[in-house]
Formats: sequence, structure tokens, C-alpha cells
Amino acid sequence: MRILRFLLQKEFRQIFRDPAILRMILVAPLMQLLILPQAADYEVKHIQLAVVDHDHSDYSHQITDKILSSGYFELAEETATYVQALDLVETDDADIVLEIPPHFEKNLIRDNKEQLFLAANAINGTKALVGSGYLNNIIRDFNNEIRLDWSQPGRFSQATTIGVETINWYNPLMNYKFFMVPGILVFLVTMVGTIMCSLNIVKEKEIGTIEQINVTPVRKHHFILGKLIPFLVIGFVVFSLGLLIAWLVYGIVPLGNIAVLYLFLFVYLVAVLGLGLLISTYSSTQQQAMSLSFFFIMIFNLLSGLFTPIESMPEWAQVIAHANPLTYFIEVMRLVVLKGSGLADIGFQLLVVAGFAIVFNAWAILNYRKAS
Amino acid sequence: MKQLLSFIRKEFYHVFRDRKTLLMLFGLPIAQIVLFGFALSTEVKNAKLAVIDYSKDADTKEIVDKVAASDYFDIAINLSSEKELEDVFKRGEIKAALVFPENFSGDLKHLNSAHIQVITDASDINTANTISNYLTSIISDYQLDLMKNSSVPYQIIPDQRMLYNPQLKGEYTFIPGMMAMIMMLVCVMMTAIAIVKEKEMGTMEILLVSPFKPLMVIVSKFIPYLVIALVNVTSILVLSWVFLGLGVRGSIFLLYAESLLFILTSLALGLLISIISDSQQTAMFGSLMATMLPTLLLSGFMFPVENMPVALQVVSNVVPSRWFYIIVKSIMIKGLGIADLWKETLILVGMTVFLLLLSIKKFKIRLS
Repeated sequence: MRILRFLLQKEFRQIFRDPAILRMILVAPLMQLLILPQAADYEVKHIQLAVVDHDHSDYSHQITDKILSSGYFELAEETATYVQALDLVETDDADIVLEIPPHFEKNLIRDNKEQLFLAANAINGTKALVGSGYLNNIIRDFNNEIRLDWSQPGRFSQATTIGVETINWYNPLMNYKFFMVPGILVFLVTMVGTIMCSLNIVKEKEIGTIEQINVTPVRKHHFILGKLIPFLVIGFVVFSLGLLIAWLVYGIVPLGNIAVLYLFLFVYLVAVLGLGLLISTYSSTQQQAMSLSFFFIMIFNLLSGLFTPIESMPEWAQVIAHANPLTYFIEVMRLVVLKGSGLADIGFQLLVVAGFAIVFNAWAILNYRKAS
Repeated sequence: MKQLLSFIRKEFYHVFRDRKTLLMLFGLPIAQIVLFGFALSTEVKNAKLAVIDYSKDADTKEIVDKVAASDYFDIAINLSSEKELEDVFKRGEIKAALVFPENFSGDLKHLNSAHIQVITDASDINTANTISNYLTSIISDYQLDLMKNSSVPYQIIPDQRMLYNPQLKGEYTFIPGMMAMIMMLVCVMMTAIAIVKEKEMGTMEILLVSPFKPLMVIVSKFIPYLVIALVNVTSILVLSWVFLGLGVRGSIFLLYAESLLFILTSLALGLLISIISDSQQTAMFGSLMATMLPTLLLSGFMFPVENMPVALQVVSNVVPSRWFYIIVKSIMIKGLGIADLWKETLILVGMTVFLLLLSIKKFKIRLS
């Protein structure tokens, strides 16, 4: 016990002595939490629309006005020809081209139907799909208005309508920050835990101090605990500061019990620190440790459900996603913070992460040879 | 010259001896192609739904069958009332619920209009949005089926074309973004750390007092990473062509020339970071802050630049990968030539020169 206390003293002193490490552990994650969610908004809006109006009729003006006043679209430019509009798309100045054919109004009334041409820059498929979806909806609405103008009431009421009313629970204003901030906080805690912990141990290997410790009566588990506990504390600090920022800056207050969140955090940190430890046992230089942690964290991050839903992944990727501790914490954060789920609701996730903690640490300890 | 060659050989040897780092340098591009190409999609598939049907008639049954038959949804459970919904949401078992009010068919028949409620779990906004869009379109299809017999007057029919990417593949956005990312990783992070390592171990001093020019020391450090970055460009292009069917529409020569320019920008940035940091950890921290996150976030690759607050949009202008992303996208997918890309190219050249000048200045200060 006394040995452990001395070791902890030494570790904390080493960490706090170096302002660069401190910045890396505390300032960087919090700065990211302040900046990242501001940028991470993939709602489709500000769509630049190029309009090619060959008709210049009342209807063609009405429909353009309706589209531009919807809030999703901004007029890039009105061009005389379709080719000119395509040039705008080529230079990224326009996202969607709307071409209104000549005699649009006349044909619509005379022939009972008329076409409109839409061309979307589909390099970003989502934007093209969602943007032209918006545009189609607006055109459909406009179409209904025209029908009301022209049809006898009896004729129009023939059409059957099924209204769909969407209610969004847990985030009624569809605020992106509510969705991203808890996930990003998990990512930051994971980065600090895995990368910092593995770098710290490997640094001792690289400069040879680990050999010095090995010749002292310090036991293997003392050394490992001495390394894990400070980062456990730091993980708690980073997480708490993150929650504070989430509250002060983004107005996110966990609906559920904070104690449940911290209990999960504790188990989770033991798991990711174990992963850091494991990586350190396989690396002999800081560069290697960083490369390995980076490789895994990158994949873990992408396959965690933070950016894309896990259900839509192919089977093999779902298997990886479920072998990824990040997945469970992100799920738990959303459950507890946004939905107010309790301990009973997250029991399964807690058990799985506890399993990870045991596996990673046991593997690391087996792989760590004191007498090398 | 012979001396330089032997230095370069030594550096190559250093880099290639470290198998674990190589695993990442060559493995990451491959892993990312596989992930982005096959595993990740913002599309929603097999989303679990709950159905609460207070009406239980032929129409609601038919709509539920239609929803269940689509790839997008799995009907997970039938609930008897909305009270039970809270519990299932809290355990994360479903993503949305479809609620039919009482007397649905009756309203549809007699009033010609009926309502359906979609309740989504908006703690995951993207999924919630997509789900309600899909459900709305399935239901409006059903509505069209009902109207088939009566002809609808005054139809405006939108004729829609998807330019450049008619199948709406996600690869078209991510491959150019990934090239920028990988090069940042290899050239900025790895070089910065490699140079700082020599400083940390004290071997840099030895090199600098040798008759060898400091500039040559730096150049020889650059070469292996430059080669690795070029190999990565090639492997990304080949893999995306073979596995994803995405070839290069424009000039491949121009694409390589621009990649080389971007590699130089990244190497210059890596050099600057290594000059101002004292330890590998600081260098790593510096490169993460200066490259990875801005590339991921501010280059327009993951999130549209125009959605960001104005301050971040301004900052995104000084992120080199933002310009490289535009260049690769334009050459690979749109098939544009240098005439359309001179502005972006010039910006990258300007950045490279600026970073190099700044590094040289700082380097001299450090030495004295």
C-alpha cells in the first residue's frame, strides 16, 4: 500500500510538471468539445439554387418565390440557359438547378400537366437527395394550391389525404448539439484514456526508466495500478469538465441519474485504460504506441454509431461495432442524458463493458513481462 | 550527393524497421476504404419500429405491411398504448413508433382524410429525420394507390436528374476527403514526431554539428514520408477503382501533381510543428490540433462548411485540406482541369511557401 502511494505521488508529479502534457490532457479535449459540435451539423440547409426560367410567367415567379422563401434555399443566380447553370454547379456555386420550360403556365392549364426539370449536384449524395426532396415537397404544395384555384370544390375533395404528423421525443427542437455533444465527450474520454495511458508507459520504456523500476522491489501490479489510477482520475476530471461545458455552453442537463453515469464511466475507464495498457505492451516506441492507438481509435470511432447508425451496417461491421466499447458508452450517454434511463435500463451495456475491462486488463497483464 | 543518398537510405531504414507504425501507415487507408465503402452509410436500414394501432382495420394493416416489407424498417413490437412507449424508448429498443388513431379507415372513407402519428427518438437526429422522411413517402405512396382511380388535374411533374453521381454513392464524397486525411496523417504527424524524436534523444545535435547541411538533414527526413504518401495515394486510387468502381475522370497526371503539392504543404506544416515542439507528445498534440481535427471538421468533407458559424467558416480558409479536397473532388469526379483549379492550387502554393519561410526563421532562432 505504501509503495502504491509513493508511486502515485511520482506519477502525479510527473504529469503535472509538464505543462505540455497537461494541456494535452485537459485543455485540448475541452477546446474540442467547444469547437467540434459547432462544426458537426449535417442538416441540409443553405442550398444554392440556380434558376433557369424560360417562361417568365406568373406561375414561374410564384413557384420560385415559394422555393426561396422556404428557408432551405438561397438563390445562387438566375441564368438564361441550362448550360450556364451547369457551369455554376461545376464551380460549386450552385447545388441544384431548377429549369422551368417555356409555356409552363400555359401548358399546365391547357394540357393538365407539365414538367419541371431539376438537376442536383450529387457528389454529396445526401445533400442532393434531401435537397431535391425538399424541392419536390414545395412543388407538390404549390401544385395543390393551383388545383384549389382551378378545380371546382367537388372535384378536388375527391382526393384522399393521409396526414402524417411527426413528433420528435427527447429532442423536440431537433438540436444537433444535443445529439453530438454527449457522443463527442465519450470520444474525448476514450482518446485521453487510451492514447495518454499507452504513451506514458511506453515513454518509460523508451527512456529506460522502466528498467530502473523493474530492479526495485516494486511489484508488477503496483506498477500497473500506479499507472492506471492517475489516468482514471484524469478521466473523471475530463468527463466532469465536459459535463459542465455541456451544461453551461449547450444547456444539456442529464435527465437521468448522474451517479449512474459516473458508475458507467468508472467501468468504462477501467476498460479503455486496459486497452491503453495492452497497446503499450505491444509497443516499444512512442511512435508505435501512437500509431497503434490511432489505428484502433479511428476504426472504433467510425464504427461506434456516433456518425452513422449501426443497424444500417453490414453484418460483419455490426460485429465489430458490438466488439467496441465506444458503442456502448455512446448509447448509454444518449439513454441517460437525453432520455433519463436508469440503471436497470443500461444493465446490459454495463455488463458488456465490464467484460471488456476484464479481458483487456487480463490480456495486458499476461503480456506485460516485468523481467524483460 | 552521395552523402545525401546515404542519409536518405538511413531514414528509409528507420521508417521501415518499425513494423507497427507501417501497419498503420499502409493499413489505415485500406481499412478506411473498406469502412467507408462498405460499412458506413447514413442511410437507415432495418430500423426497429413499434406499432400502436388503436384502429386495427384493413387500411392500417395494409400500411403496416407496406412498412414492414421495406428494407428500411423492422416492426419490432406491437404495443397496446402509448404509455408503454416510454419504457421501450428508454431501453433503446426502438427508433420510432407509428401510431394509428381509432377509426382510421372510417375517417378515410367518410371524411376523405385521416391522420397517422410518427413518434421518433430524436436523441439520434439523423436517424429520426430519415425515418420520418421514409415513413412519409411510404404513406404517400399508399395514398397515391388509393387515388389511382380518380384522375388528378393540373399535375406538375418534377423530372429529376442527379449529376456526377446518379447512384448517389457515398464514396464520391469520402474518397477525396480520405486522401486529404491520410496525407495529413503521414506527412504532418509522422514527420513532426520523427524529427522531434531526434531532438528528444539528442541525436539531432549530433547531426547539426556534422559537416552536413541542416537543410539536407531535413530533406532526407522528408523523403520516406513523401514516398509513403504517394504510395497511399496510389493505393487509395487503385482500391477505389477496383472495389468501388470509382475511376479518375480528369487527368491522372494533374491529380498526382496536385497531390505532390499537397504533400509538400503537409511536410512543411510537419516541419514547423517539429521545430516548435520539444517532445514527441507535444508534437503529437500539436499535429492533432493542427491537422486531424480541422481536416475532419473544417474541410467540408464530413460536414458542410456553409452550415458552420461564420467564425469557423473563416478559419476553414486557412485549413490546407479544404482546398485539396476541392481539387481532388474536381479532378476525380467532375473531370476539371487546371484552368478551373488555378485558384485553389495557388492558395496551396502560397501556404507551402509561407510555412517553409516561417520554419526557416524559427529554426534559426532555435539554433542560436
